[in-house]
Amino acid sequence: MERYPATKGGGRGATATAPGRARPAPQEAESAADLPPLLLLHRPRALRRARSMALPRLLRAAAPRLYSTVPAPAPAPAPAGNRPRADDDKLLTEPLSHPDFFSVKELFTLKDLFDARVHLGHKKGCRHRFMEPYIFGCRLDQDIIDLDQTMQHLQLALNFTAHVAYRGGIILFVSRRRQFCHLVESTARACGEYAHTRYWQGGLLTNAHIQFGPGVRLPDLLIFLNTLNNVFEPHVAIRDAAKMNIPTVGVVDTNCNPCLITYPIPGNDDSPAAVELYCKLFRMTIIRAKDKRRQSEAVEELQRKAQGK
Amino acid sequence: HLVSSSVSVPVSCCKMNSLWTVRLICTTTAVQKRNVGASGPEKYTEAFIKKQIEEFNLGKRHLANMMGEDPETFTQEDIDRAIAYLFPSGLFDKRARPLMKHPTEVFPEQRKIQWGEDGRPFHFLFYTGKQSYYSLMHVSMLFKHQDQLTNICDILNRNLAGSRWLTKIELEEMLLEKVSDNDYSRFIQLLQKLATLPCADIEEKYIQKFSKEVPAQLQKVVIEPLQHDERGVAFSTGEGKRKTARATAVVYDNGTGRITVNGIDILHYFPVLQDREQLLFPFQFLGRIGKHDMVCTVSGGGRSAQAGAIRLASAKALRSFVTEKEVEFMRQAGLLTVDPRVKERKKPGQEGPRRKFTWKKR
Repeated sequence: MERYPATKGGGRGATATAPGRARPAPQEAESAADLPPLLLLHRPRALRRARSMALPRLLRAAAPRLYSTVPAPAPAPAPAGNRPRADDDKLLTEPLSHPDFFSVKELFTLKDLFDARVHLGHKKGCRHRFMEPYIFGCRLDQDIIDLDQTMQHLQLALNFTAHVAYRGGIILFVSRRRQFCHLVESTARACGEYAHTRYWQGGLLTNAHIQFGPGVRLPDLLIFLNTLNNVFEPHVAIRDAAKMNIPTVGVVDTNCNPCLITYPIPGNDDSPAAVELYCKLFRMTIIRAKDKRRQSEAVEELQRKAQGK
Repeated sequence: HLVSSSVSVPVSCCKMNSLWTVRLICTTTAVQKRNVGASGPEKYTEAFIKKQIEEFNLGKRHLANMMGEDPETFTQEDIDRAIAYLFPSGLFDKRARPLMKHPTEVFPEQRKIQWGEDGRPFHFLFYTGKQSYYSLMHVSMLFKHQDQLTNICDILNRNLAGSRWLTKIELEEMLLEKVSDNDYSRFIQLLQKLATLPCADIEEKYIQKFSKEVPAQLQKVVIEPLQHDERGVAFSTGEGKRKTARATAVVYDNGTGRITVNGIDILHYFPVLQDREQLLFPFQFLGRIGKHDMVCTVSGGGRSAQAGAIRLASAKALRSFVTEKEVEFMRQAGLLTVDPRVKERKKPGQEGPRRKFTWKKR
């Protein structure tokens, strides 16, 4: 039985890496709960923004514990009758050695993105300053998003989502657009994940222990189909997720702020065709990742049984 | 189950044949745990409820043995009678008396823990906070416009029949979570919108889950038909009351305007003009002053109250002689309404119902 306590990862504090340095290799967790941390995935240098702030940590630090007064639940006992640790590690570390373990690149092509009108941005006046690197150009006052960059970002985001889903992480789809609310909720239900397309109550992530009850598990990944809320301001969940050290994947349009989002996907978030494409892609990746996990576990079981005999 | 408390305060427990009685000795703020409000209402685990049910069943059998009855056929009413006999209580509030009920009635039905062993919540809208409410709104695939033409008559029929939507409290009970006023009004709006759409059977059933039959509320008051006595004269009876006075009036047709109260003529019974005016008002309103005879009996109340009671009784009797339109006029004039005013009680600390004691500066 695996139970996720409030802290994840070993006692690594939130140390900032200087930009330009290679990330340190991921370490094994030494926490009492005996769980491997969410490991960092290396991102190519070309996409690192020079001006951005220190990128949010993907490892959950001890920070959340400081805010809550609820004592941490007792460390879970060792999983009863499950696989021994060595196999566990192999199951979890094996996907990380491949650059594209889940073949995410096959899911979409540039033409698909173009047909779904992903490249269409807002008018020049609505442009956000931080979105300028992602914009290809401006035609008749309308911004056009660079689809090559979108391709790369989308691959990274889908790859990350697949890894999170592979490890049994909780994924929360967030969107505050009424016309896509039903679609997003149906997508989440189809994947077996969670959705939140309604009014965001302030303390949902930061005050979860009080609102939901002690021992609740927070989402491990937030996917934003629309980064803005109904009043065209950045969604509160972006800031809250950054506070709680939860990684985020978000579709950022030309009027959005990509700053606090871990894996931004520059692209159109207003056309139904584009949003349907995103939903389809996320759904396929998550289902693929979960299927792969089940397959690997089944293979492990068979191998262990064969060895045991 | 018998009254139990789960707060850690000094208690005294006494056991009577495995029926635990727990009484609070004293509570001080120091003893209570801090930040009680933040933890929300008490959450009962399934194991706890199960144990309570077992104890209840055991206690029920012991109680039956004590009372000398058959444990197998010991119903809840028998339990209530036995407890009232064994623990007689003179407390006024029935809810404060000792009670022994099935734990499902004592412990309010609550949401159990919403996530599984691995921590993943069961419902896909768990993180919204109001999962049941939003899942009601997220009724997918049901409302496709399959048949535009069918069931429009059914919709009309459904609306006309006595039905109402669930109230907010009923909705909260159904969803087991709090619903705010805005949410509730939005929900009713959406239901009304859905009800106007042409929809097939599945949707009908879905909407019917949220509507309740209102029992036949047709308050058409039946006006009794005229009766005839031995002489062939038509007459009608009416009853009226005012304050403590109760009156019955029999109004005869083809009369000369003679009115008798308790066997006495009204001139002698009601010497005051105002009372006689009250009696005659219904006849004057309908323009039938010299056309009816009336015989009334009245008891209780004072002079004015008796007059008002007879007035109401005669108006009710006159309904049988008169058209529906005129009945409506009478109703609007206030002739058919019981006057609800009664003497207000005196309150302690005051001299009368409203009058306070004289205020003295020193």
